[in-house]
Amino acid sequence: MNTQEPPAPTPAQTIGPFYGYALPFTGGGDLAPAGHPDAVTFHGLVRDGQGQPVPDALLEFWQAAPGGSRAGAPGSLRRDPVTGAVLGRHGLDFTGFGRVPTDADGHWAVRTLPPPAQAPYLSVCLFARGLLHHLYTRIYLPGQDDPLLAGLPARRRATLVATADGDRVYRFDIRIQDANQGGEETVFLDFAQ
Amino acid sequence: MSGRQPDQADTDRLMRECRERAVPGRSHPARDYPPYRSSEFRHPRQSLVVLADPEAVELSGPVFGVTDVTDLDSDLTRQHPGEPLGERITVTGRVLDRSGRPVRRQLVEIWQANASGRYAHLRDQHPAPLDPNFTGAGRCLTDDQGHYRFTTVKPGAYPWRNHDNAWRPAHIHFSLFGTSFTQRLITQMYFPGDPLFRYDPIIQSVTDDRVRERLVAAYDHGLSVPELSLGYRWDIVLDGPAATWTEDSA
Repeated sequence: MNTQEPPAPTPAQTIGPFYGYALPFTGGGDLAPAGHPDAVTFHGLVRDGQGQPVPDALLEFWQAAPGGSRAGAPGSLRRDPVTGAVLGRHGLDFTGFGRVPTDADGHWAVRTLPPPAQAPYLSVCLFARGLLHHLYTRIYLPGQDDPLLAGLPARRRATLVATADGDRVYRFDIRIQDANQGGEETVFLDFAQ
Repeated sequence: MSGRQPDQADTDRLMRECRERAVPGRSHPARDYPPYRSSEFRHPRQSLVVLADPEAVELSGPVFGVTDVTDLDSDLTRQHPGEPLGERITVTGRVLDRSGRPVRRQLVEIWQANASGRYAHLRDQHPAPLDPNFTGAGRCLTDDQGHYRFTTVKPGAYPWRNHDNAWRPAHIHFSLFGTSFTQRLITQMYFPGDPLFRYDPIIQSVTDDRVRERLVAAYDHGLSVPELSLGYRWDIVLDGPAATWTEDSA
């Protein structure tokens, strides 16, 4: 292809309400191998600008492996060649990718391995009915710091930091829009440039 | 508009106001787009925080491979024992980054309504018939030139409740990955010449006429197969910076 000038981007459109039989897959939230002693769980609610849970959001996660690799690995949607069913990851490679829809109560959960100190966060991409263009945010474990966090006012910074919620369990709520009855809107990120 | 459901005239007025305020040439919809009523409480009010960190994990991204798809996934007409109803079509094109480079060996996922305009989803209560021989979900990997290809049936238009007498133009939902997570895209492909375009606030959320055309596939007679199927071509360009990090640069 001879490109005289860079091609123009294809616009985003909403995921809509009916992705549920196409995008979510068995084990989508199980980035950590079953029974791995280092596994941590992140979970929370997605809420809208009225404080209502969002039952038709889809969250995707991408992170560096515990050893620092950002190469990822295929196999998140590993398939049975006989039936076509999704088998789940085989547990030897860390794929770094997760995908979960919110439940009917707006709740989601993923089990993963802790990200490395040099990139101490999970990147999150949020899709939902009513959202015309996806949003990015990050989940940091408590006690971490980096230039992004350091550059935010305390109230805003707090929206990116998970809170301890039991043994190796962390809570992370996403508020798409600041609600008048309180609750800080989650910091969303723009990488477009 | 309070107290009654908005009608098409209300929606037309809101769409016109948004178009008049919009920045010409803007690629993506504004997330705050009142004609699409569900966006009201589902868009951030604060500005996005711009992050230009060359070390950001988002400049790498998930990878997929031959273990993640089966050969049958790209033919939505062969997922059940019988033949689905509807007009059989082939949809093909290339996935490129914004420098024009092909996106190789990456995952493309689609989902759509059946030929009658009904999704195989419990929440779709539109009283058009379900088709026992059509689910409407497919996947493939792009090839080394960035090509994808699906065989399916043309989806039907369907009503929704955004406003009175609201109808979605026929469309196929597309989900795409690039080399970096920043290039992630979910969008919708439309069919050329659909008379519903001007009434639909989802496609009209792309306010620039020429930009909106990028969501519409082209009929390609050369792709049509005699006695079998009609062909459509649709190239996709992923926005956002491509990967700066590779295993080799580690």
